[in-house]
Parts: sequence; C-alpha cells; structure tokens
Amino acid sequence: MSVSLVLLVIMAVLYACGIYLMLERSMTRVLLGFLLVGNATNLLIIIVAGAAGSAPIVTDGVDAEQMTDPLPEALILTAIVITFGVSAFLLALIYRSWRLARQDVVQDDADDVAMRSGVAIRGEAGAAESDTEFGTRARAAVSSARDLEADDEDAAEVGRQEDDRYEGEEPP
Amino acid sequence: MIAILSVFVLVALLLPLLTRWMGTRVFFVAAAVPAAAAAHLAVLGPTVLSGRAMVESHAWVPQIGLSISLRLDTLSWLLALVVTVVGALVLLYCVRYFRSGEEGLGRFAAVLLAFAGAMYGLVLADDVFLLFVLWEATSILSYLLIGHYTARRASRGAALQALIVTTLGGLAMLVGLVMLSVEAGSSRLSAIVEAAPTGGFTVVAVMLVLVGALSKSAIFPFHFWLPAAMAAPTPVSAYLHAAAMVKAGIYLIARFAPGFSDLPGWHEVLLILGLATMLLGGWTALRQHDLKLVLAYGTVSQLGFLVVVVGFGSRDTALAGIALLLAHAMYKATLFLVVGIVDHRAGTRDLRKLSGLGRRSPVLAVIAALALASMVGLPPTLGFAAKEAAFGSMIEAGGAGEWMGWLALAGTAVGSVLTAAYAARFFWGAFCRKPGVEEVRPAKEHADFLISPAVLAAGGIALGLLAPVVDGWISGYAASFPPGAHPAHLALWHGWEPALAISALSLLLGAGLFALRRRVSAVQDRFALRSTASSLYSRAMSGIDRVAASTTSLTQRGSLPFYLGVILLVFSLAVTAALAFTRSWPREVRLWDYPAQLAIAAVMIVAAIAATRAGKRFQAVVLVGVTGFGMAAMFALQGAPDLALTQVLVEIVTMVAFVLVLRRLPARLGKQHGSVHKGVRLAIGIVFGVLMAVVAVVALGARTASPISLEWPDLAYELGHGRNVVNVALVDLRGWDTMGELSVLIAAATGVASLIFISSRTDMLPRVARSEARRTARARLRRASDPSNSDRGSWLLAGRTLGDRNRSILLEVVVRLIFHSMIVVSIYLLLVGHNAPGGGFAGGLVVGMALVARYLAGGRVELGAAAPVDAGKLLGIGLVLAAGTALVPLFFGADVLTSTWFELDLGVLGHLEFVTSTVFDVGVYLVVIGLVLDVLRSLGAELDRQYEEEPRRKAVTS
Repeated sequence: MSVSLVLLVIMAVLYACGIYLMLERSMTRVLLGFLLVGNATNLLIIIVAGAAGSAPIVTDGVDAEQMTDPLPEALILTAIVITFGVSAFLLALIYRSWRLARQDVVQDDADDVAMRSGVAIRGEAGAAESDTEFGTRARAAVSSARDLEADDEDAAEVGRQEDDRYEGEEPP
Repeated sequence: MIAILSVFVLVALLLPLLTRWMGTRVFFVAAAVPAAAAAHLAVLGPTVLSGRAMVESHAWVPQIGLSISLRLDTLSWLLALVVTVVGALVLLYCVRYFRSGEEGLGRFAAVLLAFAGAMYGLVLADDVFLLFVLWEATSILSYLLIGHYTARRASRGAALQALIVTTLGGLAMLVGLVMLSVEAGSSRLSAIVEAAPTGGFTVVAVMLVLVGALSKSAIFPFHFWLPAAMAAPTPVSAYLHAAAMVKAGIYLIARFAPGFSDLPGWHEVLLILGLATMLLGGWTALRQHDLKLVLAYGTVSQLGFLVVVVGFGSRDTALAGIALLLAHAMYKATLFLVVGIVDHRAGTRDLRKLSGLGRRSPVLAVIAALALASMVGLPPTLGFAAKEAAFGSMIEAGGAGEWMGWLALAGTAVGSVLTAAYAARFFWGAFCRKPGVEEVRPAKEHADFLISPAVLAAGGIALGLLAPVVDGWISGYAASFPPGAHPAHLALWHGWEPALAISALSLLLGAGLFALRRRVSAVQDRFALRSTASSLYSRAMSGIDRVAASTTSLTQRGSLPFYLGVILLVFSLAVTAALAFTRSWPREVRLWDYPAQLAIAAVMIVAAIAATRAGKRFQAVVLVGVTGFGMAAMFALQGAPDLALTQVLVEIVTMVAFVLVLRRLPARLGKQHGSVHKGVRLAIGIVFGVLMAVVAVVALGARTASPISLEWPDLAYELGHGRNVVNVALVDLRGWDTMGELSVLIAAATGVASLIFISSRTDMLPRVARSEARRTARARLRRASDPSNSDRGSWLLAGRTLGDRNRSILLEVVVRLIFHSMIVVSIYLLLVGHNAPGGGFAGGLVVGMALVARYLAGGRVELGAAAPVDAGKLLGIGLVLAAGTALVPLFFGADVLTSTWFELDLGVLGHLEFVTSTVFDVGVYLVVIGLVLDVLRSLGAELDRQYEEEPRRKAVTS
C-alpha cells in the first residue's frame, strides 16, 4: 500500500510536541501533551488504514475496495471517546491537586527519594514505631497538602474572637 | 509405599484440627503413622533383603517420561527404617516435651509429621525429579520447624540461613541431576547409577550433585547453618539434625558411590572436605558451653566422618559407612533428647551452671552414657563395630597402595581423639558435680519422657551385640561394589588388629585431652579464627542488601517524568533495533490525497508547536483544540464521516470541560520546570516522532495481504442489516470492544465524581419540583399573554436565580430556542446511525452539548432542571441495556451479541425496520450522556458550589 507524506509529517510533529509536553512536571501540560499524543495515535491508525476512499456506507455502485478501510475507523471511534473520558479524569485530578496543595505539579515519591539520600534500611527494631500508616489524625497522602483542619480551627477561632468583640455591644 | 506417603500427608493436614481437642496427646496420633510405616517395612524386610527390590510406579507426565516411582532396595530399606523408627520415637517424646495449649503446637505437629513423610519418600524415590521435589520439601519444612518460635529473631535468622544454604545446594543439585538424566537417557536413579556414564560432562554434573549433598549434610564450607539451627526445639534437632535431614546428603552420596566413585575429583573432594569438617567440628565442640552446641558441632564432625567413609568407594568402607550411619542416627538422637530432658529438669543447658544432675537422675545419666559409648566407639556398641570396620577397611586400602587410605585413616583417627574429648566434656558438663555451683533440685522422672531416648540407646547396644545380623542387612548394598580380596564383616571382635590399637589409642588421647581441658581452651583462645563461615554468610547477605539498595536508588528516583523518559528511551531503542531487521517498505509514497490537506497540516503543525510554548493555560487549550478540529477535517477528507462528526463533538466538549476547570486555576502556566532537562525532552520527543513515522511506513509496507475488512460491507448489510459499516462494526461485529469502552467511560465518570465530590456521590443539584415547574410555566404563559405586563420575564427556568451580572439575554434566548431541537437531532442521529453517519456516540454527545449550553446559560440550577436524573442512574441503565443486548440472545439459543431484525409494514407510513443492535446503541447513547452530565455537574456545578463556600470562609478569616 502507499503512504501519504503529509499525514506522516503531521503525526511526527504531534508526537514530538505531545511527548515534549508529557515529560513536564505541571499536570496541565501533561494533559495537553496527552491530548496531542492521543490525536497523533489516531492519525497513526488512519495512516495505516491506507489510501483515502469513499465513506464506508453501503450504497449501490460502490465496491468494497473503493471504500476506506472501516476497521481502523471503528477503532479510532472508540479511542476518541475514551480519550475524552481520560482527559476528564485528569482534569479532576488537576483540580483536586490544586485544592489540596495550591499547585498542580507531579510530586516525587517520598520513599524513593529517601532511598536515594541513603537512609539506611531500617532494622526490625525501628519498624515497630512507624508500622501504622494512619495515626490518630489521618494525614494527607500529598506531602505539600494544606492542613484543612487547621484552617477550620483558625476560622473558628477568629469567629469566636469576633463574637467576643460583639459581646458587649447592643445589636443594631 | 505411595499409599503410606499419602497417609503421612493426610494425617499431617488433620493434626492442627485435632490439636484443639487433644492438646499434646495429638503426638500419639502423629507417632502412629511412622510406626505403622516402620511395621510395614519390617514386614517387607525379608523380601528386600533377599535381593529383590520392590518398585511402585505411577505415570505422571508420560510425554517426558516423568513418573512417581518408589524403589525399595537394601539401602532405602535401612534408611527408611531409621527415618520412621526415630521419627515415631521423637514424636512420642514430644508428648511430654511440650505443654498443652502452647502456641503453634498443631502447626508443629503437622509440619514434623509432614517432614517425616517427606524424608520417607526421599529415601524411597527412584525418579530424580521426585527426589528433588522431596529434597526441597524437606528444606522448606525444616525452615518452618527451625523457626518454630516465630517471635524470636534468632530462630527466624537461623531458619532463613538454613533455608538459603540448603536451597542453593538443592538448585545446584537439580542442574546436576538434569545433566545426569540427559546423559544417561533416563530419569530413574537406579538406571543412572547402573549406566554410570563417564566424561567431563558427567564430572561436572556429579560435582553439582555433590554440592547439593554436602550443603544438606553440613559439610565445610556449608556447615555453619547447623549450629545456628539449634535455635529449634530439641525434638526438631533430634530428628532433623541427627537422624533425618542431614542424612539425606549422606544417602545421596551412598547412592551415587557404586557408579561414580571412580570419577576424577570424587575422592579428593569428599575426602578433603569431610576430613576438614571432622576436625573443625571436633575442635569447635571443645569450646562450647551450651550442651546443645557441643552436640551440634559434634554432629558436624561426625557427618564429616560419615562422608569420608561412605564416599570412599570400596565394598568394606561402604559396609562400615552404613553401619556408622545407623549408629550415629541412634546415639545422636538419644543425646539430643537427653539434652531436652536436662533442659526441662534444670532449666539451663549451660554446662558451667549444671551440677549434680547425675546423682538426681541416674537413669538419664545411664542412657546418656550408653549413647556416648556408641559415639566414641566402646564395645559392645554398634558404634564400636562400625568404627572398627571403618579403620580396618582404610588400613586395607592403604596397604593395597592407595594413599587415600592412609590420609583418611590419619584424619579420622585424629577426629576420633577429638570425639572422645568432647564426649567426655558432654558427660562431665551435664551430669558431674562441679565445685562451687549450686546443685540441681530433685524432681520426679517421668517414665514416658525417658522412653524414647532409652529405646534408642538400648538399640545401640542391641545392634552392637547383633552385629552379624546388621552385617546381613547391609551386605545387599555393599554387594553393589566390586568385592575385594577378603570381604570384611561387621563383628564385635576381629582379633588383635591394628584397627583395635588405633581405636584404643584415640580413646586414651581423647580422655587425656579432656583432662587437660583448661590448657586446651587457653590454646584455643589464642588461635581463635577471625572470620568464620557464618560471619562470611552474614557479610554476604548484608552486601547483597546494600547492592540492591544502591541499584534501586540509581534507577528509582521517584520522579515520574524521569520514569516516563526512561520508558520512552527504551521503547525507542527496542523499536530501532527491530526496524533494523525489517525489509518491508511501501511501494510508493504520495504527497497528499487532497491539496487541502497541506493547508490543514500547516495549521495543525503551527498550533502544536505553539501549544508547547504557550504561557497561558487558556491559550494552550485553544491551540490543542485547533489540532483537534484539524483532525476532524482530516477525517472528513479521508473518507470517515462518522469519525469527523464524533471528533468535532468530542473536541467541543473537551474544551468546555477544560474551561470549567481552568477558571479556578491561575491564568499563567508556571515556568517550565522538570527533572528532565529541556534539551533532553526535546530530543526524546523528536526521536519518538520520527520513530513512529518510520513505524507507520513499515507497518503500511507490511500490509500486503488483502484486509479482512473487505468482507465487512457484505457482513454489515446481510447480517447486521445496516448500511453504515462502522456503526454496525461498533454495535455488532465488534460489540465486545464497545462493551469494554463503556466500562472505561463509567469508570472515568465515577472517578471524576469521586475526586470532586468530597462527601458523597449523589449530586446536590438543586432540583425544581415538577409542581413548581408547572406553576412557573403557567404563570409565565399568563404573563406573556397579558400585553400590559412589562415585567422582564425570564427565558430559562433558572433565570431569576442568577445575578444580573451573570445573565446574558442573548445566550438565554438562543439556548431556549435550540435546546429541544438539539434533543430531536440527537435522537435522529441515534436512530439513523445504522444506515448513515451517526450513531449512539454522536447522538449522546449532541445531548451533552445541549446540556452544556443550558449550564453555560443558566448555572447549576438550570442544569439541575435540565437533567432531573442522577448521572449514575443513566450510566447504569446504559450499561444494563448494552449487557442485556449481549446476554438476551443466549436465552434464545444463539451466540452472545447476536442481532436480529423485525420488519413492519405500516402501509401509508412506510416500511419500518427495527434491528435489535439499536438497543445496544441506545445503551451507548445513555452512557455518553451520563458521562457528559457527570463531567458537567462535577467540574461545573460542584466547583461553583465549592467556590461559593470559600468566600464565606475567607470573609470570616479576613
């Protein structure tokens, strides 16, 4: 089969830009890169489908050879909708990360970093204390998370102060 | 024999349950099994000893000649007797050793019985792979037994050490056994030994097998696990480390000796290592203060002795070796059991703290003395007869001109001196009175506690007195060696022979060594070894841990971009390597299919590159959207109208979803920062892009066969009853793909909802009750029909709830007008999709866009009014419809996802056809609507609500 050069060039550029963005730390850029890579992969499948033909609708006078290959089209249709689902999920992740930590970056894994900095392999004696993951106050999994409980306490404290301030005054 | 093996396993499985009712009495039940096996062996004894071997075989994998075959010949019979008799006695001993209600008792009993069964099978196994399986089973079961006191670190460490050393040896043994079975052409042990191949290949194989045997029998340099394994309970030491597990290696050497003792290297290896072990073990035993450790090192030493004698390779030494094995099993087990009783009585095993036990427990002392007599070789014990035979055969071999005989004799004689010394140390340490040490308190001696060691000790004496009978038992095995000039026999009295003189001399020297013990220990302290094998082992293990940690820290850096970069690099390398070998290139390259593609390409490329450099989030999103729309145009030009339609709709909804989230994020994208350098990222991206282009070209070039999708138009029209081939493919021909896709969409929707809604999944969209909606509608109609009313009405149900700033009258009017049309269009697309471009996806997305329009115009109140159904319910109903279409045909006897059609002639209205796969499409339609609704109410309505709550909080704190 013959290959179309224009589509190849577009696909290569989209892949390059998409991968470049996906190797970023900012999750928004990762999502954009993911979208580009998704588009590029759909393009890959349509390139491999072969030459352009007429639409795959069964009508009299149109041969099967003249139609575009319908199998890749079915695959791409599935891929497009799934890409949308995954992008929605990534958007929710970005929002959640923003709410928790006021930033949308991909965090480093704490255990791996500890191993890199040469923290010795703990013996059995040390393991006993840090065995439980959840203490009396469950801490967030993200290391840079804001402490929402502390925020609430601060808010309540200020509210009490305001009440005290208004204590002695006559209500308007 | 196989039946007995299965009885072992079955009873072992039942024992943990029985322990709950019976306590320690469960050991009576356990002891009954090996006792029965011993009785069975005794019955078979005359048959086996007369020279006929009994074979039982079951085919297991006939294709590779693997079978479960057990063979009972003289050697197996003797060893099986040892295993079962000692096993039964040790299990009886356990009744008194443990307390009822002790932790892990049932598990211990089951594992010990299973171990006895595994040993029983091991000595009977004829197939080398069955042998290996049982060999490893004994390793694993010994791990469980040694680590019985799971709370103690010493137990766990010792168990792991034993497991690692014996399993490593076992793996080497497996390689050797496989090599031998390939060389000999059969996997049966008896056939291999009979064939006795020679050559370099065989030498390597046999050496590997010896590694396995030596590691199991704790021979230098694999000896260090045995003293550490003394952390196990005493019955375990008495059984495993005296009579059963360590004997497995000796058994293997004895099996291979008839055929392979002539191989170069056999004698050297076994002799040197065995002698080294004997001397090292004896020397170290003299330094120990723990009675059990004295015995442990003594066992190591005796095992070295056994290896030297059994591996020697002549008829007489073989006879002596098996006799020594029998004697050792009996006296060592006795001594370990005695130590257990001492431990129970006195509460300590330290010989510096024990005093006066001999006077308090005379029976115990007598039993120990009998066993020790067998160990050092005093007449009339079996140990004496065996030792005499061993020395005699070595002298004869030396006299016949083999230098090995003299070396072996010298080494074992010195070893016997040490043996006598530590035997005296043991007896003195356990039973004698020591000045200045508090004496042991008197206590009643339980007869049933003493039975097992008493029987074993008495057995040593009895068999010694019956030495000719024992000779008859072993002669069957000894006959497999070429007979010497004068075949020797086991007897208590051979006459005044040099062997007798050597024995007597070694006894005297040993006694003297013991008498001078203080001087000896001073000498030992001066020559203490700096690094023992066990310290080498621990250093090796910690070295492995450190290497693992540093390797992990090199590759696992914790940064996701780094991992992704590595994955892409490896992918690129692998694909490049694969491409280097391809030869398929397409016949021709054309520039474009339509000139318009050039223009679209230019736009897309510029947009993509600009998106990587964009500084603002919204800017980047729009640029990526441009590439998406460019893709839709490409699809249209390429002859894929369905794809173009879906791509446009998806692109719009994606951009909307993006904007919904972006309004809560800062406008500027942060500075580009990442753990991977910018240039490296660019390089990886470009390489990847070029590589994928080449892959596409090569893949296209490889498409030389005619594609199967040439059949699809016919299939779609005839069977699927539709003209739109792609749609029929999605809902019928490749319905499972779509089913999978639906589940992905549902998972994504649920994920989005759970990430946004902090508390619950059910949405809190404000609902407009039906009655209220009716009232509002009626009021509005009245207002509209009243010309005097100049009140500014609202075009949408939520109109009044929005602030004036957020309302756009133009948007409201337009949305009001087009909403219902869009719903109708979506239903049209759904129903017509089977024969024209359209389908469930496109229809669902159109509804989604209609909902987006109403949300954008009227906020979340409007969305709540527009979609009174919970998104989760829509998703569920959609999936049920799709799954139903898949499953219902089963009830009619057809395959899954079979579709059929109904035709109705409605006369004037026309011809109505209904294909059942449309129901599947409806399911898809509902799922897509549910997904978009979920996205809208999560990323739209819920974000609004959370944002409105925050200013209230912020106002309080400011």
